[in-house]
Amino acid sequence: MSLETLQQFNWSAMTPEFIILGVAALITLLDLFMPKNQDRRILGWIGIVAIIAAIVSVLNLVGGPVTSILDDSFRLDSFAMGFKLLLLVGAGLVMLLAVSYEAKDGLEEYRGEFYYLFLSALLGGMIMTSSGDLITLFIGLELLTVSSYILAGIRKYHLESNESAMKYVINGGISTAITLFGMSYVYGLTGSTNLVKIATSLSTVADGQQSYLLTLAFLMVFVGLAFKLGAAPFHMWAPDVYQGAPTPVTAFLSVVSKTAGFVIVLRILLTVFLAAVSVGDTEKPILLEMQDYIAFIAGATMIIGNVVALKQSNIKRMFAYSSIAHAGYILVALTTLNSNIFYSIWFYLLAYLLMNMGAFAIIQVVTEKSGSAKIADFAGLYRRSPVLAVVMGLLLVSLAGFPGTAGFIGKLNIFIGAFTGSTPHYVLASLMIATTVVSYFYYFGVMTQMFFRPACDDSKFKIPAGILIVLLVAVVGSVLFGVMPNIALDFMQNNLNNLADFFS
Amino acid sequence: MNLTSVLSILVFSPLLGIVVLAFMPKTADKSIKVVGFLATLPALLLALAAYLHFQWGKDLADFTVSAKWIQFHGINAPEPYFSVYYELGLSGFQLLLVVLTAVVASLSAIAGAKFVKKEWKGYFMLFLLLEIGMLGVFTAENLILFFIFFEITLIPTFFLIGKWGYFEKEKAAYSFLIYNGLGSAILLIVIMILFAKTGSTNIDYLTQLMAKPEAPLSSDLKMGLFIGLLLAFGVKLPIFPLHSWMLKVHVQAPPSVVMIHSGILLKIGAYGLIRFGMGIFPEQFGTLATLIAVLGVINLLYGAYLAFIQTDFKMVLAYSSISHMGIVLIGLAAMNEAGVQGAIFQVISHGLISALLFFLVGVLYERTDTSLLENLGGMAKGMPIAAGFLLAAGLASLGLPGMSGFVSEFMAFLGLFKEMPVIAAVGTLGIIMTAAYLLRSVLGITYGRAHREFAGVLDLKGVEFVPVLVLMLLIVLIGVYPSVLSAPLKTTLETIMLGIGG
Repeated sequence: MSLETLQQFNWSAMTPEFIILGVAALITLLDLFMPKNQDRRILGWIGIVAIIAAIVSVLNLVGGPVTSILDDSFRLDSFAMGFKLLLLVGAGLVMLLAVSYEAKDGLEEYRGEFYYLFLSALLGGMIMTSSGDLITLFIGLELLTVSSYILAGIRKYHLESNESAMKYVINGGISTAITLFGMSYVYGLTGSTNLVKIATSLSTVADGQQSYLLTLAFLMVFVGLAFKLGAAPFHMWAPDVYQGAPTPVTAFLSVVSKTAGFVIVLRILLTVFLAAVSVGDTEKPILLEMQDYIAFIAGATMIIGNVVALKQSNIKRMFAYSSIAHAGYILVALTTLNSNIFYSIWFYLLAYLLMNMGAFAIIQVVTEKSGSAKIADFAGLYRRSPVLAVVMGLLLVSLAGFPGTAGFIGKLNIFIGAFTGSTPHYVLASLMIATTVVSYFYYFGVMTQMFFRPACDDSKFKIPAGILIVLLVAVVGSVLFGVMPNIALDFMQNNLNNLADFFS
Repeated sequence: MNLTSVLSILVFSPLLGIVVLAFMPKTADKSIKVVGFLATLPALLLALAAYLHFQWGKDLADFTVSAKWIQFHGINAPEPYFSVYYELGLSGFQLLLVVLTAVVASLSAIAGAKFVKKEWKGYFMLFLLLEIGMLGVFTAENLILFFIFFEITLIPTFFLIGKWGYFEKEKAAYSFLIYNGLGSAILLIVIMILFAKTGSTNIDYLTQLMAKPEAPLSSDLKMGLFIGLLLAFGVKLPIFPLHSWMLKVHVQAPPSVVMIHSGILLKIGAYGLIRFGMGIFPEQFGTLATLIAVLGVINLLYGAYLAFIQTDFKMVLAYSSISHMGIVLIGLAAMNEAGVQGAIFQVISHGLISALLFFLVGVLYERTDTSLLENLGGMAKGMPIAAGFLLAAGLASLGLPGMSGFVSEFMAFLGLFKEMPVIAAVGTLGIIMTAAYLLRSVLGITYGRAHREFAGVLDLKGVEFVPVLVLMLLIVLIGVYPSVLSAPLKTTLETIMLGIGG
């Protein structure tokens, strides 16, 4: 390809990615040349500035036409912009946590790496949102997960952190292999890695043999990605990894990494398998044929996540199961495949991002102080720091999906999708509500500790600036989008064009 | 005069108190209590003003407010559909409940200032939040808004029980949360199915739509939704097998919260059954009327029977609440004007009577540290005024003519005797038992052998007279001049009767 062809492409569409890439490289170099004993926190703040700059540049791109570079290896459509914003905001909050993170053992030497690995993982996620090709999707996925492996194990001399990284690498490696194997079937059948081309060629051919292979491919891709989402029965890695990883990394895994997981699931399933016609019933795409299977996974995920969370005594493990449960709720939206699927998933992820980030910020403050991560460490938080306790209470209420918070509106969106349409999913939606009630037990269990129990030590908390910003964003966002959800919904409707350009 | 903002101010006025309290130091006990009480007054004054507005013959529709709020995108439906409006309004029935809520909330604030012993700041902030929820529930004009306010009542109540209650408070709080959580989960499913099928949750719109033959719901689905509503509000009311949480709450929660809980929160169940159950699904209500009547009689008899053998006065009153809610069901099941009116009367009347009784329980408990019947006795000697009011409240509760309890029971049974005489006849046994258990416990407390250690207890004094006198006055007023209630209810009843087709 000649230089002229390259120059024809509208590279400005990739500005956000370039900013993150450039700053990640810059921080790497700075880290290398900085004197050994100098505080690396400044690098974190540079990273945060970069993320803010990237957010601004995405907002600048919003509303523009669909841009495709190199035959859809990179495509900037509304879907990409919408989810890129989520990833960036999530990563920005994670960076704030990371800057305020005071590790007990063995992080100081690697603090620089801590920051630029977050950026490279974020870059992976952003590439995934903007990719119309299996190859780039996979590269983005790998960039994200490989960075996450290192992040999970970054506390080199910490036993749990090592265990966490090890389990994550093994499980993650297996799941990636399965996904890739599934993708290879799709490539073998269609001879293309471009999603749109795959979709066109699959929609025209309706050979029975092919459909079987495609179903197999679907199952493998979905199983592999279900690992990433932490969906049952492939969720077993999550609690161990969440527990051992440093708190900012846990927050990253449960929010940014999960969002990226849903991005790739939506991209592949909705373009490839919604187009592919299934065996026998020629009118029905494979994705609809496999709806029961996704419904089953969604149901199992909600039940396992919520029920097992009841028994946890470690707050990070509890949040691991809680985030499994939330993945289950979002899978309900995926199952129903209604016309509001993008709204419900996008809004739910936004709400989930805000409430989970805030909760992890408080978990980080409390666990750093107490040196352990037991739920009992929250005892008497209301006495020690009323503000933290009330903020945590509010976020837990949002996680439990009570009205007045973003979590509630997110659930409403999913219900509307579940009950409208030709086949209402009564059972699945009822299961979702029932498991939500189960979740009251463990969310309010933390409340009980914070508000009803006496504190074991009365020391006050010093809240670092980074945490303060995260809490502010989380609380204001959770309440604002709970009371005036149309700020977000209309933004999507007006600027992201209903994501209608997703399939073209 | 433009009155559209009145309801919003009424519902959210306690918010002002919450904000003021948030900036007050924890140690300023006295002023916290004063602010906590004062913050309930704007709602009370506005509610009374609204009542006067009605009494002067003006239209309650003046208060209706409607503004676009949430628009759910992504569903292919034209504009007004899948929008949720912020709409508040008042009908006669709602007006009465709002007045009841405002009155009981203010009086409960007094009780809270008297009986709560710690952390008043947190207590009153949660209490005021609860008041917002309750006022909102009764003024909401669409189901989603109703649900939002309904859930808002859950969280403060959970904390009020769990933090300021008695020995087994946390268990009671959890029990409350989970039962009510399940109830509201069912309610949410019903609401969302209605929303998804019709694109709207406006109550009046749904009521009219369901009356049309071309309603977009199959009759099976309607029946399913109605049973869902019956279950959801059956937990709240509570209807017989779903009641165990409510006993725990009555015993473990602080008296000031029980005044609210028994006086108002349980009434949300009745309100929901009448306005949504009977209003939106009259046909299905009719199909299940016999079942509801039987459930009502079971509630009445079961509550009365168990109240008779309780040793704790609070338990007696808890079972008595179950029993009295049975009368609401009986009245509704009759599905005629007398029955429904009786049911609504019972809702209001029981709200006042149980608030009074639990206030007096609080007074007793504060002086004696016990509510066990065997420990109490001969209180008439030490505190004759309190004992006198207790007796009067007990008599009101058992339905003595001239007090509010009588009017409601009489009308409810009148209605049911017309439709299902046999079930009604069985139900009348409950009235006899009510008299028996109430007299047993009330007389046991006021008369009987005096316990020496309580010889020097103080009688009612100071502000404690306010709740007692106000509630007693209202109870007698309704008893001798029932048209204070029946006049506002006239249009509501006509609308309901129209829906039933009777």
